[in-house]
Amino acid sequence: MATLMAQPKSSESVAPRAFAGSREPTQSVSRSRRGVVAPVLAVVVALALWQLIVWSGWKPEWVLPGPLPVLRRLVEELVSGEVASAARITLARAALGMTIATLIGTSLGVCMAKSSWVRNALSGLIAGLQTMPSVSWFPLAILLFQLGEESIQFVVVLGAAPSIAVGLVSAVDHVPPLLVRVGRTMGARGFVLFRRVIFPAALPGYVAGLKQGWAFSWRSLMAGELMVFLADRPSIGARLHFARELSDAEGLLAWMIVVLSIGILVDLAVFGRLEHTLRARRGLAEEH
Amino acid sequence: MSVLRSDGTQSVELAPPAVLVRGLSRRHGRGEQQVLALDGIDLEIAQGEFLCLLGASGCGKSTLLHLIAGLDKPTSGELRVEGGQPAVMFQDSALFPWLTVAENVAFPLEMRGASPARRRERVAELLELVHLDAFAAHRPHQLSGGMRQRAALARALAQDARVLLMDEPFAALDAMLRDLLHDELERIWQRTGLTVVFVTHNPREAARLADRVIVLSSRPGRVADEFTVDVARPRRIDAPDVSRLAGRLTDRLKEIIRGDTDGAA
Repeated sequence: MATLMAQPKSSESVAPRAFAGSREPTQSVSRSRRGVVAPVLAVVVALALWQLIVWSGWKPEWVLPGPLPVLRRLVEELVSGEVASAARITLARAALGMTIATLIGTSLGVCMAKSSWVRNALSGLIAGLQTMPSVSWFPLAILLFQLGEESIQFVVVLGAAPSIAVGLVSAVDHVPPLLVRVGRTMGARGFVLFRRVIFPAALPGYVAGLKQGWAFSWRSLMAGELMVFLADRPSIGARLHFARELSDAEGLLAWMIVVLSIGILVDLAVFGRLEHTLRARRGLAEEH
Repeated sequence: MSVLRSDGTQSVELAPPAVLVRGLSRRHGRGEQQVLALDGIDLEIAQGEFLCLLGASGCGKSTLLHLIAGLDKPTSGELRVEGGQPAVMFQDSALFPWLTVAENVAFPLEMRGASPARRRERVAELLELVHLDAFAAHRPHQLSGGMRQRAALARALAQDARVLLMDEPFAALDAMLRDLLHDELERIWQRTGLTVVFVTHNPREAARLADRVIVLSSRPGRVADEFTVDVARPRRIDAPDVSRLAGRLTDRLKEIIRGDTDGAA
């Protein structure tokens, strides 16, 4: 599925340029069409493979239902508003977690970028945290905060903050020294130099770090919601959990598609677009 | 004020020199790999003078410029620059890609705490001076190489420094464009009365622009020769006087390079 998720990205980056650069209309149209056709084709192939596996009789249909009943169920959940209400709960958690992780990760990153001492002290630890599966924090989180919102947030923040910090530090490392030199000769020093020259120059790399942080926090959040579900808060993770408890395979798969779709949507609509705008503004958008 | 010239003569001048360099040396690296980039440079640059530092690649002319700019510290020697931090321009325009042309030019004004009204006024003035008024809202990547260097010049001028340091600012441009920018630089220099220190490896460029050309030898960088350019302005790069001087500079530079490789500088 990983390759399927990567496909829409290219369509997103090609399409806006097709409209912006209207010098060669025919070519632009064929480009944007190719950008849409390829990922749609990939989805069709994936659905066909899924259907073939179901038809092969590998598993009974009540364990592995085909795409049609699952999509029908997904539509039902969408129409009834269940998806919207569950997504509201889950996305509110994601937004809060990402906000806290961004604050912590950015402050850490700034300290590490500004002070080689802090950087020496923390870089190994943060690299370790980044590779550590955030699920392994859950037992401790539950001991500390019991089964509650705090446990979920704890793990989401721990999942995302290191990536954001590391992203900012490496983005600062890649700022052209000439820009910093020029900033200095124009009288920018210390924090002003950082805020007005180094940070803006590092912004594209920082956004890439945020994007990676989002991927980690979304994974952590799903893990968290599967482990900690509160009766009065029917989140997406809780739906997955209950679908499994009730051996509701159609529901399980329908909710998995919801998880996948939200992940792709946020990646493309929020971070992908932000990255593209930043790069295009600086003349860095790659030509195909 | 009595000043000892680098050629040993004494002269009486009213204004203090814009840049004063005495016995300036700079070593790069440590231990075995140590390289003496500059060795005992003596240099005095008068206010309003257009000085070219001419030398082969690696002769330490950029190092000297960086020292004057305060971007590097000398190993030994004395350095005085009148009027505070000099403005610097590089071969790469080094404009900030996230800012528009106008915002780039406004940057040094902002750093010095100019009011928004004053900034707008000064930016408009400077963009008009470098003929970029129509491109104020453009971003650097939307400009051609020559326009980027003009924007960088406007930004450097916005610093209101008394000394402008230029490190091969037109080396990456084609001959036609370079010629055009020489005209503009000469015009702007005459209008502003700035002191310009211009680093180049191109004898023609030095002859075209300079009041005085300092020729540097390589490894270690030393002042090898000095030429005064008595050609009326505005000059043309193909004027006979300019060409003749460029020829002499080229010959001298060749001698120095041959001497360097023979190990007898």
